Amino acid sequence: MIGTGSASALFRRDMKLAFRRLGESLLPLFFLFTVIVLIPLGVGPGPNLLARMAPGMIWVAALLASLLALEHLFRPDLEDGTLEQWFVGERSVYRRVLARLFSHWLITGLPVILFSPLAAEMLHLPRHALGTLIISLLIGTPALSLLGGLAASLTLSTRGASVLLSILIFPLIVPLVIFATGAVSMAADSLDPNAHLGLLAAFTILSLTLAPIGIAAALRMNLE
Amino acid sequence: MSRLLEAHQLEFHRYGNPVFRPLDVALQAGRAIVLTGPNGVGKTTLLRLLAGILAPVSGTLQHNARVAFVGHLPAVKGDLTCRENLDYERRVGPPGLELAEALAQVGLAGLGSRPSRALSAGQKRRLGLARLLVRKTPVWLLDEPYASLDDAGCAGVDQLINRHLADGGGVVLATHQRHPRVDASQLDNIVLQAGIVEDEQQ
Amino acid sequence: MIWKTLKIWFHKLGSAPSFYRFAKVVAPWLWLGFAITTVYGLYLALYVVPPDYQQGDSARILYIHVPAAWQAMFIYGVMAILAAIALIWRIRLTEIMAMSCAPIGAALTLVCLITGSLWGKPMWGTWWEWDARLTSMLVLLFIYIGIMGLYAAFDDRRKGARIASVLILAGAVNIPIIHFSVEWWNTLHQPATIKLTGESSMDPSMLPPLIWMVISTKLFFGAALLDRARNELLDQDRSKNWVAKQLLQAGR
Repeated sequence: MIGTGSASALFRRDMKLAFRRLGESLLPLFFLFTVIVLIPLGVGPGPNLLARMAPGMIWVAALLASLLALEHLFRPDLEDGTLEQWFVGERSVYRRVLARLFSHWLITGLPVILFSPLAAEMLHLPRHALGTLIISLLIGTPALSLLGGLAASLTLSTRGASVLLSILIFPLIVPLVIFATGAVSMAADSLDPNAHLGLLAAFTILSLTLAPIGIAAALRMNLE
Repeated sequence: MSRLLEAHQLEFHRYGNPVFRPLDVALQAGRAIVLTGPNGVGKTTLLRLLAGILAPVSGTLQHNARVAFVGHLPAVKGDLTCRENLDYERRVGPPGLELAEALAQVGLAGLGSRPSRALSAGQKRRLGLARLLVRKTPVWLLDEPYASLDDAGCAGVDQLINRHLADGGGVVLATHQRHPRVDASQLDNIVLQAGIVEDEQQ
Repeated sequence: MIWKTLKIWFHKLGSAPSFYRFAKVVAPWLWLGFAITTVYGLYLALYVVPPDYQQGDSARILYIHVPAAWQAMFIYGVMAILAAIALIWRIRLTEIMAMSCAPIGAALTLVCLITGSLWGKPMWGTWWEWDARLTSMLVLLFIYIGIMGLYAAFDDRRKGARIASVLILAGAVNIPIIHFSVEWWNTLHQPATIKLTGESSMDPSMLPPLIWMVISTKLFFGAALLDRARNELLDQDRSKNWVAKQLLQAGR
């Protein structure tokens, strides 16, 4: 079974490429900070207001960071012919899709998670909610990559793809944003966030099960 | 004689219309099939169908051995060096020739550390062919392998093909200029004309 | 015997010229039915039913708002089934019909949003509130627009229809989750809002106009779908023989 070999080889190559263009890869992180700095400049530095907005803002920043990298998720590979190679002689590209999404998450989701404590401090999020914030990001950002990957694969060969991508992704992630920010808000109010986190986890698991199937189908159709 | 690849009644549609009549393709070990025909007639489409990239509208396709496809696009990453690109290919496996050996056989010896985006069109083509060598795949599907190559390069391609056939592999290649210099006893022809298929087996 | 003729009729319907003729004949009747039921339903809604105890006459807009909302969701269900059939069996007619459903669903969703906004103004004082139903409908509108946009972005219509069908199915899985999450979000953040739909206590006299309007939206959907699908078919097959024959016949 060549399967695992090719998926891990793909992952290695993706990571190598990401580090070659480190500036581009770190762009999502700069974006996170732009959001974290701009919004208090816009709404005023009042700690209570910022604390209430913090969960939503950090999550929106995570979303935008993910969105930035989505245009480069499959398109370069389509253009240089490496994408069609995935399908040569293979019945299922499931593993390679997962490998690609995992590298996307490492570049977009993980930096956001690592810097979220700093962002939380800057936005005066109550300390006792920080754990929930990190957990919500840990569980939720993979779903962001999965659903973003679905939107990216659908719009792969269309003109005006970036606008369409944003329109497509928005309804898909509504539940994600609601559950994740809800969990952090609950924790900030010293209430139990576990119901929200449980639903968030269920949503991510559902995405993990179904999204790669849709992505594989959409990629193949777009190769025609 | 073992059949490396079999296809029955393959059909494909584009913009709602069939590209060619239902086609049968049978590739046997040690033989080469040459697809010829004018531009736009469906040679690339057929090759991509045989590779498994496109899903046929109807018909069956059976891969009895591993398949490799070299198309119009070089399928290498510009940011990586030639060596790194081949290394990835080799890891997809199963491994064939060593990297240096493969580069030497396509005439790119010494260019291993050059980023692929710095290569000329002809050199990129050669790198694409090198991809075939670092893996052990019995079936080679080649789309216009002679494009962008000089005479020495074309002769090199013929050498590679003949060696591959001698090793028991099979080749399906599409070309609209030069034909492969392969022994006639090992050749089959499929000629595609707009909508019509003529099939001559030797 | 009847089963066999039904099966043959169903298969024939799948062919383009037969469907075209079928749609051409049936659609006008559906439009007529739509016109009649709408007029009667609105008459009942505006004149016969007494004004609401709390909201007065402005509550009458619910007779358009609620059927539009239900139909917008129903259309998505039909579209999802058509999309699944299109993906699995690649039947061209189901592809065309699925794509024709989207604009109709989007239109009804828009009607629902606008009437919801008009209804809300006298009550809330603002043109928009983040009510659970309205927010869900807004998200649904985005989904419909996304489907229409994706389909329109492809030159090859059959390829576009198949890719849009994948999106439709992804939406189908997501919509119940969206409804649930928005409902939950709404109750947690706004514990005491006036519910737009006073379904808990519906006077029996409210039922007849509601039922007539629901029927009228269904007839609207059927008629609009047949006409849209018919036109799309004509457009896609414009170079084929049967179209030339049809147009010649129509021209006589």
